[in-house]
Amino acid sequence: MKLSELAEKLSLKIASHTEGMNGNITGAYSSDLLSDVMANSKVGNVWITLQTHINIVAVASLKGLAGIIIVGNRQPQPETIEKAEAEKVTILTTSHTAYETAGQIYQILST
Amino acid sequence: MEKANMKLKEIAKVLDAHFITEAMDADDLDISSACSTDLMSVVLYYHSMNCLLITGLTQPSVIRTAEIACIKCIVFVQGKNPNLQTIELAKEKGIPLLSTPHSMYSVSGRLFQAGLPSSPEK
Amino acid sequence: MTPDISGNVEGSFQLIGGNFTNAGEASTQLKMKLFEFGVDDAIIRRAAIATFEAEMNVIIYAAAGQLHYYITPENIKIRVEDMGPGIEDIEQAMQEGYSTAPEWVREMGWGAGMGLPNMKRNSDEFMIESVVGEGTTVHMTINLNE
Repeated sequence: MKLSELAEKLSLKIASHTEGMNGNITGAYSSDLLSDVMANSKVGNVWITLQTHINIVAVASLKGLAGIIIVGNRQPQPETIEKAEAEKVTILTTSHTAYETAGQIYQILST
Repeated sequence: MEKANMKLKEIAKVLDAHFITEAMDADDLDISSACSTDLMSVVLYYHSMNCLLITGLTQPSVIRTAEIACIKCIVFVQGKNPNLQTIELAKEKGIPLLSTPHSMYSVSGRLFQAGLPSSPEK
Repeated sequence: MTPDISGNVEGSFQLIGGNFTNAGEASTQLKMKLFEFGVDDAIIRRAAIATFEAEMNVIIYAAAGQLHYYITPENIKIRVEDMGPGIEDIEQAMQEGYSTAPEWVREMGWGAGMGLPNMKRNSDEFMIESVVGEGTTVHMTINLNE
């Protein structure tokens, strides 16, 4: 499934690098601990987190993640968006909680 | 999707989880919502009674935060096992701990599909 | 419910910087005290959360600090002061998501920039004063009778 399709189904808002919406999703990973994401996420995963600071961009870039979904109506820091554009990392936002977002994506990807 | 309460033993089954500690009658505890996070300040945002916390953080602060936020029990993901200090603190506070081999994403997905709603944020 | 407090009750806790082991102990004890007085559950929760976040800020950023509480039949006053680095831009620090926490703190589940906003949101009156290089003091008041 393409990131754009998922974003539409969940009404996600795009915060950076719109071009990444064409990417394919291999699954999802939910965590707020950067070391955890570095160790366990897979290429093409979409990352569900509440973290908004600039370090999330490097992690997403290094791991080849499809994108980052920041939950709970949080907004990425301005530096984060700037870095994301530079590193070509797609960031999306949602007002739903991490649990809900993961739940919805799980349902969509497992059908 | 119908919202449903779940008994802790049912949750353990859905998550292939085992109990690390048990409070009295932990099996029978009624859980009405869930929240998932590794950030302690976020745990403090959620406010419903009978909430289950899904987390990958195994520090003792998780127990203290859970107590302050009135979290009913904690599920550690990806087979993470808290250290002895965390376990002792949980026993002291009467908060049952479970461990599941599944990821936070998978745990959230399974419980969500089973009908357990998200705890609302303040 | 009117809490059963006759006269005024006060106490204080020493907070040790970097001591994550006992972090939260002060808030837990204050919580128990309020419970003994029959304070409303929702108010106890708010006081516990506000105090806990204040405690954590001291433990994460400061060398040491003190938590002082003063309970009257009308309200709970909490003062947390530390000998920490101080805050250069308080307005910025109050923004949700803004944090100066180092990576190791984030890996422990803290430092997501929600502490100060959490404290303000859970108190009826909130004031913070800080001097860079000297420390920070937070004053919070939570009303007991709504």
